[in-house]
Amino acid sequence: SLAGFGNLMQDVLWCFSQVKGTIDIGVTEADIISTVEFNHTGELLATGDKGGRVVIFQREQESKNQPHRRGEYNVYSTFQSHEPEFDYLKSLEIEEKINKIRWLPQQNAAYFLLSTNDKTVKLWKVSERDKRPEGYNLKDEDGRLRDPSMITMLRVPVLRPMDLMVEATPRRVFANAHTYHINSISVNSDYETYMSADDLRINLWNFEITNQSFNIVDIKPANMEELTEVITAAEFHPHHCNTFVYSSSKGTIRLCDMRTSALCDRHAKFFEEPEDPSNRSFFSEIISSISDVKFSHSGRYIMTRDYLTVKVWDLNMENRPIETYQVHDYLRSKLCSLYENDCIFDKFECVWNGSDSVIMTGSYNNFFRMFDRNTKRDVTLEASRENSKPRAILKPRKVCVGGKRRKDEISVDSLDFSKKILHTAWHPSENIIAVAATNNLYIFQDKVN
Amino acid sequence: MECTLDAQSLISISLRKIHSSRTQRGGIKLHKNLLVSYVLRNARQLYLSERYAELYRRQQHYPDGAPLLAMPACPPPAAAPPELAALPLPADTQDREARSCSAARGGAELLEVPVCAAPPELQRAPCRDSSPGFYRAAGSAGPGGGGGGSAPPGLLYPAGCDFGSGGAPHCSSRTTVLDLDTHVVTTVENGYLHQDCCSQCPCCCQPAPGLASPPPTPGTKRKYYPGQEEEEEGVEEGEPGGGGVAGGPPFAPCTKRARFEEYSAEHPQDSSNISNLISIFGSGFTGLVSRQQADSEQPLNGQLCSKQALASLGAWTRAIVAF
Repeated sequence: SLAGFGNLMQDVLWCFSQVKGTIDIGVTEADIISTVEFNHTGELLATGDKGGRVVIFQREQESKNQPHRRGEYNVYSTFQSHEPEFDYLKSLEIEEKINKIRWLPQQNAAYFLLSTNDKTVKLWKVSERDKRPEGYNLKDEDGRLRDPSMITMLRVPVLRPMDLMVEATPRRVFANAHTYHINSISVNSDYETYMSADDLRINLWNFEITNQSFNIVDIKPANMEELTEVITAAEFHPHHCNTFVYSSSKGTIRLCDMRTSALCDRHAKFFEEPEDPSNRSFFSEIISSISDVKFSHSGRYIMTRDYLTVKVWDLNMENRPIETYQVHDYLRSKLCSLYENDCIFDKFECVWNGSDSVIMTGSYNNFFRMFDRNTKRDVTLEASRENSKPRAILKPRKVCVGGKRRKDEISVDSLDFSKKILHTAWHPSENIIAVAATNNLYIFQDKVN
Repeated sequence: MECTLDAQSLISISLRKIHSSRTQRGGIKLHKNLLVSYVLRNARQLYLSERYAELYRRQQHYPDGAPLLAMPACPPPAAAPPELAALPLPADTQDREARSCSAARGGAELLEVPVCAAPPELQRAPCRDSSPGFYRAAGSAGPGGGGGGSAPPGLLYPAGCDFGSGGAPHCSSRTTVLDLDTHVVTTVENGYLHQDCCSQCPCCCQPAPGLASPPPTPGTKRKYYPGQEEEEEGVEEGEPGGGGVAGGPPFAPCTKRARFEEYSAEHPQDSSNISNLISIFGSGFTGLVSRQQADSEQPLNGQLCSKQALASLGAWTRAIVAF
């Protein structure tokens, strides 16, 4: 189906498809989902959680018998990617929380993904085994070595079918390269290198080499007391393997070209929108900090998320974004409370749909928002168990900002700020979205006609 | 933007966040602490601008204030607004609105400024960087303990300054910073950059006329009030920053005391939270909170503990992110 918000004069209607995770009232912190990512074909959907686990879902083949089920996602593999660690030298505990997962493009039967916590990136190979060899000469079926003198004949081992087993093995561990907390990883379009970014530095790795990385950005000042900004996100250009962008806590984006110099401290482009002085507050710096940056699939645009808005930038225009979307501007008058309860530090991500015509990001109260860049229409939807009947159409939600609250609207003061949608993902080519709501993963699809 | 918090509340909330970040799993989050330091800076800027506006109004009312009024502060930093340049400190004992020199220092912190040598005529008493010395004396005058608190009100005495030759202030308390990359441990004198301890010294070095009491000897331990025992670890024996012992020199070093009591009445939690910061940040915050300062003498209209925070803000915000 065409990926797009408007489709032959008919709006996309989003329907509930599945929800993964428990319904427990008390959520174990380890179960909180911290990252969600489709692979390049959309066949696999990976989640990482605060407990350091990765769960991969696979889309089942569409069945002619049940066309309305349109391929459900079922658990394919679960493994413990990272464990808690303790750095004895600095007396620091290293959280096992998975900050990001990024898939490599599939090049053979196995799947490869990168997962990272605050300090260490790991390359995992996920492969299937549905046959096993039987009939070895030198060892018996239990694996015990046979006495060679007892072997009287030779046979050729054969592969016999077995129950499908999906195994995940760590193929590379990229450690000890980050002093500060890793916030991003990004696979290069050359499929040979990737980068990892922490608060002050970005390192370039070759997948084959784990004992060294190349530092390509370093914004640590000589005197830490002069520190004014940190790196908040980084991503490679989808097609140009020499180009990447990184965002900062000051609301700026720098585009760098690795061909110009080894250390990309000087940017090729610098994107910044002048601050509106009428909006100045105690918290101006906090809300302008960019929490996510994503290239469009076309590579022509970048999208950034700060606390209250999503912005689309044209790579050819540095002095301001070409589009700005208000995610939840009604929070602007609540910044004091949001500072007190730490919500103002929440880092929301943002995603493009496959055709770059719609962008999506999360909000509070388990709301998430979609903006159609062509029609300029937006919608607020909710991920909740109440709307969890199969193929139930999601009803648009509305936040009442003041004045009389209409039925079905929710007032700003009733919003549940503990229910935040920080992580979402959009299938690369279809209208299927995955929305992480604390410890639950919701999958929504557009209505099949 | 409707904001129900004033600058001082924001400062105390922010300090609490920085404090609690040290015990959170995963280590200190540089990004978050940097953002919090911006809030601290913004709150302080507003706070200071309000204070200076108020001071200016008061100066209009008391044109014949104490000699201190005419005393210039340290040479103002290049970019300092003119009103910060000469901060009048009323030594008028009736004036309860004495602004501590730390406020001025706070203003100076905003700018890059070399350590300023106080004009010779003001260097009558050695002056350590303001906060520790200032409140060290205050510590001696506690409720139910100590000698006194009977010093003349409104007096800004620099208790225990060990200025020595009267050159640059001698900062004797230290903060240790570990660079996570090089694993080099650096000791920062007094927890501030020198530019932060600049202009107040002359102010706080200047005792009101008539005062005869000598400063307490350095290294006297601050008297703690019940419930503050855990802070004791943070202040080493002999560290400057300890307050005067019971029975020590009877200073009323700071008009902040009574105000602190008002504040703590409204926010009883805040004071203990902030006082706990002392063990984290070391002597720089010493004297920040000292209940025995809340003496009965007079309804002084000083500043709250967060005022010290305001004063040393620049250094601390930098020290915080200097991981």
